[in-house]
Amino acid sequence: MVRPQATRKRPPAPKRDRGARPNRRRAPRKAREPRTGSGGIVTWLSRHAQSLVGSLGRLARHPLNTGMTMAVIGIALALPALLHLSVTNIRALSGQWRDSVELSVYLEHGRSEDEARSLAAALERRPDVMETQVVTADEALGQFRAASGFGPALDALEDNPLPHLVTVRPEENHTTADAVAALAAVAGDMAGVAEVRADTDWVRRLHGMLDVGRRLVMLAVIVLAVSILLIVGNTIRLDIQNRSQEIEVQKLVGASNGFIRRPFLYSGAWYGLGGGLLALGIVQAALWALSGPVARLAGLYGSDFRLAGLKPEDALLLVGGGAALGWLGSGIAAARNMRRIEPGRSE
Amino acid sequence: MIRFQQVSKRYPGSGDALSELTLEVDAGEMVFLTGHSGAGKSTLLKLIALIERPTRGQVLINNRNTSGVSRRAIPGFRRDLGIVFQDHKLLQDRTVFDNVGLPLVIAGLRRKEVGKRVRAALDQVGLLDKEGSMPLALSTGEQQRIGIARAVVAKPPLVIADEPTGNLDPDLSLEIMNLFCRFNEVGTTILIASHDLALIERLGRRRVELKDGRLAADSHGPSPGHA
Ligand SMILES: Nc1ncnc2c1ncn2[C@@H]1O[C@H](COP(=O)(O)OP(=O)(O)O)[C@@H](O)[C@H]1O
Ligand SMILES: [Mg+2]
Repeated sequence: MVRPQATRKRPPAPKRDRGARPNRRRAPRKAREPRTGSGGIVTWLSRHAQSLVGSLGRLARHPLNTGMTMAVIGIALALPALLHLSVTNIRALSGQWRDSVELSVYLEHGRSEDEARSLAAALERRPDVMETQVVTADEALGQFRAASGFGPALDALEDNPLPHLVTVRPEENHTTADAVAALAAVAGDMAGVAEVRADTDWVRRLHGMLDVGRRLVMLAVIVLAVSILLIVGNTIRLDIQNRSQEIEVQKLVGASNGFIRRPFLYSGAWYGLGGGLLALGIVQAALWALSGPVARLAGLYGSDFRLAGLKPEDALLLVGGGAALGWLGSGIAAARNMRRIEPGRSE
Repeated sequence: MIRFQQVSKRYPGSGDALSELTLEVDAGEMVFLTGHSGAGKSTLLKLIALIERPTRGQVLINNRNTSGVSRRAIPGFRRDLGIVFQDHKLLQDRTVFDNVGLPLVIAGLRRKEVGKRVRAALDQVGLLDKEGSMPLALSTGEQQRIGIARAVVAKPPLVIADEPTGNLDPDLSLEIMNLFCRFNEVGTTILIASHDLALIERLGRRRVELKDGRLAADSHGPSPGHA
């Protein structure tokens, strides 16, 4: 009988540490090992925290690869964000213009000022009209004289060539192109009216373009979300391949798929989060670069329009959406690639 | 602890690696599995670890029929099993501590408890001072001891080893085998595949010999821990 005594560096007597000995004292004892019980949640949380930090550490060890992946995701996320901002800003701008939707109702020559006033009153009684204003021929000429600088030339005219004018502002909720056109038709049929001008085409076109823009944002979001899933998925797939031996060993010592998958999921989420933050940075930089020139341009048009930035909830959506996409992409990649790595198959 | 009933295993595209094998190992026994290369030793161990499934027959571990263990239940099943490999299968980018602690982390033990048990296991294989080292910095014999520490750290009732001394010289081999003996003495059932007949002879334990996938010899030796 050989004494179990041979190892070289081994201290002569094993320590009397309770957890130390390989005496198992019966199998049912194993049931005592955590998973449930008071410490369960804490253990679960700390395990997740460990994976979270651990996966971040792993990413930090390959800064170039990590940075590239994050950059690609960041650009992919920044694109729809910038598109979205363009559309919302143009819409805000068009809202400002919408206030200036106005009908100009020109009376026939020879119609009196009183006729103009009663026409204005008749229009104002309509429910789709907010207010009217009469600009008499004399007032119009005066305004023109002041604005154009053609004073002396105008003095040479014997008669005032301008007709009386009634400007009509539609009610707030009747400013769509269709409503304005309908109102213009009504005004045009009224007695004594020579012409009605309502430039509704540009409103129509603008709204059409905004619709296209919104659709584009949606399309961009879908296309780029899919591409982010693919980017993260591919990165994680390579990662899984590189660590197939480690995964095999983990499976051999009893790791569940969930346990093995966890660090990959967190890596994916980190990629997405990094990409989201980068996208936020890109958007803010673009806003910062554009805001000055835009404000100056608006000033030239006498507008106090300012570029609207991302709302806090939008920014949160960008970053959170990035993280969620990263998580999802790595989850899909892990589900597809981890199953294939089984101990024994390689031998 | 281990019961094979009329077990046959056929790999796709080849003959029977095991045929009609019936074998019983009691709790607390230490058994050596011998036989020529290709006799089916590794296959037998893989059936125990559920790395492979039997083509026919039943394998019962701890009175549990392995055919009833679903894919999803395999991880839980393996946590009650310690496995030692010829090439020790350590994770090269993790420290000795992390390698040995892996089964405990998987089982969800708290950090403090993990540390305590890892140090105890390292102490038992005589490598307490190496907990911070990377596996590659250790000798082959030391790496195998780390592999053994990982196999026993969660105190599984059954430890299996496939040629654990296959890469070691005789002195180191004896050292490793003695380590197994010591774990057996405190109650762990141990099954070791090896073709180091001289060494096995010296240890005087039960020896089961396979030949072409069949039982060729079975010598019941002394089995401490079991009457
Ligand atoms: N994955 C496998 N696929 C096909 N045949 C295999 C596989 N593993 C082992 N075998 C065959 O099964 C037989 C037993 O192999 P093995 O159990 O590894 O024997 P041992 O470990 O005793 O050397 C051999 O003939 C071997 O070629
Ligand atoms: Mg073998």
